[in-house]
Amino acid sequence: MVALRFLRALSLVRCSGPGARSPSYRARGIRRAAYACMAASAGPRRAWSRALLRKIRRRPGRGLRRPRAVIRRRRPVGGGDPLEVALRRLVPGGGCMEYCRLLEEAADYVKCLAMQVRLMQTIVDSASHVNSID
Amino acid sequence: MSTRRSRSRQAGAGRITDEQIDDLMSKLQAILPEARLGRNDRVSAAKVLQEACGYIRSLHREMDDLSERLSELLSTTEMSSAQAAVVRSLLM
Repeated sequence: MVALRFLRALSLVRCSGPGARSPSYRARGIRRAAYACMAASAGPRRAWSRALLRKIRRRPGRGLRRPRAVIRRRRPVGGGDPLEVALRRLVPGGGCMEYCRLLEEAADYVKCLAMQVRLMQTIVDSASHVNSID
Repeated sequence: MSTRRSRSRQAGAGRITDEQIDDLMSKLQAILPEARLGRNDRVSAAKVLQEACGYIRSLHREMDDLSERLSELLSTTEMSSAQAAVVRSLLM
């Protein structure tokens, strides 16, 4: 369940020393955890979740930086329609897919994103409520 | 409609029919909030793509914003009590 996975990730962010890190660093960590939990819950069957997990695990500054021009598994699809190009950029892994696949992946990605946003909103609302009681 | 045929979409596994694309478009349209597309059944493909891009961008912004707020809340709240409150609210 994505909610429990995300809560666990949040508690790890909390334990990593709140005093030592700036809020913006923590915010970036939370955002990364959110995308990672979302992708992990979707599983490997979706191209967007695989692409997202690859991107998160390949953080800059860790080890050798892979040259961007090298070895794409497939050639990116040349775009004619600027809307299609824009969608390919927004959906993780969208650059190399066939158009039909892009539409399928986009629908699934939007669904999961909306769910993750609702989950985080619930957590913020509940945590704010807890804060206001104390 | 004629522009669709000029796109290089036939490469790969067989021809992709307009019906298949229409079907996928309507599935994507169903995911988008009604407020964005209105109540029309027939919305152009371009409109669906445009609204999908806009919706994804707004969701990304919300994720950023909520991450910031969660970061602030984590610094002020005891996480265990917040977690308990959340789990309770999710189970109800």
